[in-house]
Amino acid sequence: MSTVRIPPVLRENTGGSRTVDVTGSTVAEALADLFDQHPGLRDRVTDNGELSRFINVYVNDRDVRYRDGLETAIGADDTVILLPAMAGGAS
Amino acid sequence: MTFREVPAAEAVALARDGYRVVDVREQSEWDAGHVAGATLLPLGEVSQRIGEIAPEMDAPLLLHCAVGGRSGRAARWLAGMGYTNVVSMKAPIGHWKEQGGEWEEPRGLLTPAQQRRYARQTLIPEIGQEGQRKLLDAKVLLIGAGALGSPSALYLSASGVGTIGLVDDDVVEESNLQRQVLHGVNRLGMRKVDSGELTIRGLNPETVVVKHAERLNADNVERLIAAYDVIVDGTDNFETRYVLNDAAVKLRKPVVHGSIYRWDGQITTFVPFEGPCYRCMYPTQPPDELAPACSVAGVLGVLPGVIGMLQSNEVFKLILGVGDTLSGRLLMFDAMGTSFDEVRIWRDPACPACGEGVESAAVTRAPVAAGA
Repeated sequence: MSTVRIPPVLRENTGGSRTVDVTGSTVAEALADLFDQHPGLRDRVTDNGELSRFINVYVNDRDVRYRDGLETAIGADDTVILLPAMAGGAS
Repeated sequence: MTFREVPAAEAVALARDGYRVVDVREQSEWDAGHVAGATLLPLGEVSQRIGEIAPEMDAPLLLHCAVGGRSGRAARWLAGMGYTNVVSMKAPIGHWKEQGGEWEEPRGLLTPAQQRRYARQTLIPEIGQEGQRKLLDAKVLLIGAGALGSPSALYLSASGVGTIGLVDDDVVEESNLQRQVLHGVNRLGMRKVDSGELTIRGLNPETVVVKHAERLNADNVERLIAAYDVIVDGTDNFETRYVLNDAAVKLRKPVVHGSIYRWDGQITTFVPFEGPCYRCMYPTQPPDELAPACSVAGVLGVLPGVIGMLQSNEVFKLILGVGDTLSGRLLMFDAMGTSFDEVRIWRDPACPACGEGVESAAVTRAPVAAGA
């Protein structure tokens, strides 16, 4: 089991859960399992089957853009972090 | 094997013609004021270290000291070593100034009042009086005098950052007060820049507060940030963040970035062309539903306190030139779990703002977010 960390703006799609345990040996497989468990996330994280351009995906502290993208291998102790930009500040 | 001795007027002219000015006096004399752009090379070190300053034997060198004695000896040695273009100023150094030569006055030490006020931080070896001088000379611009700007304004001014610019076109509202601790109930309806100035002056009358009661946009951004050393980004929308990023990369200004949402905060530091920029991290602006503002989503009061304070910490290190900043790292704070996480962020070679081949960004404006 790997862990996917859910950012605050997507927690309404996981019933408030901050993390979701998933199976899979690649990021793609882990996300597929995540979307099976929480179908509402699919359209918010992907766009026509591709990873959305405004959500960064990390395995532990590494951006998958600089590894093997969705084919990046993950192990049982790895954490997948979904990280959309946050705007909030002053107002 | 010869060298020339010249009066001050000619020395000034030679310096302007590109002669390298070498000051052969001692450090203590240098510290009391010196020729601008000169290199300090005390007489006793001339023969060992001249090679670092002038590896070429035909380098044009203008030596000086207090009156011309030491520099004359040094010039004779250098000529003996084979330097072919050595000149010594044979005149009191005061003549240099009278002839209009470039001169750098010593950096003032702290006044007795400053020494008392900042005693607890000048005791820190990495700061000292010299570091405190850097803080006093520093100019920091806070984009937003609200939730994230408040802790920065309070702590930066309290600890002696000399000039603080506030960019904000809002007035103080009741719903701000839960987290915007720069303001108070007696300031409702007042412009945030005015309220901020009052609070800062109360903390530290020495702080220069520059009020910019406007909203940062593509037309004013370069004018707003040009005079500052460090920018603290506490804005509330993506459009402003991209506009700020592109201008900061172009003008090579470090930006300390913070953002907050309910129980979660993020912070990083962007140092142009040394680390990634905002567009390296998020090339594309998210849709509004992924980026609700505090006014829609809500935010925990202490969260901007934590994030804003971490931003101030970054500002101090950038000004002092010590420690490791968050350049290349995004730090995430989860107030609900009281935990920090960190991911690495990289310069994107294809970044339109700072990628390969981009010397100074001439970037198209960010797409405008509706209702930002």
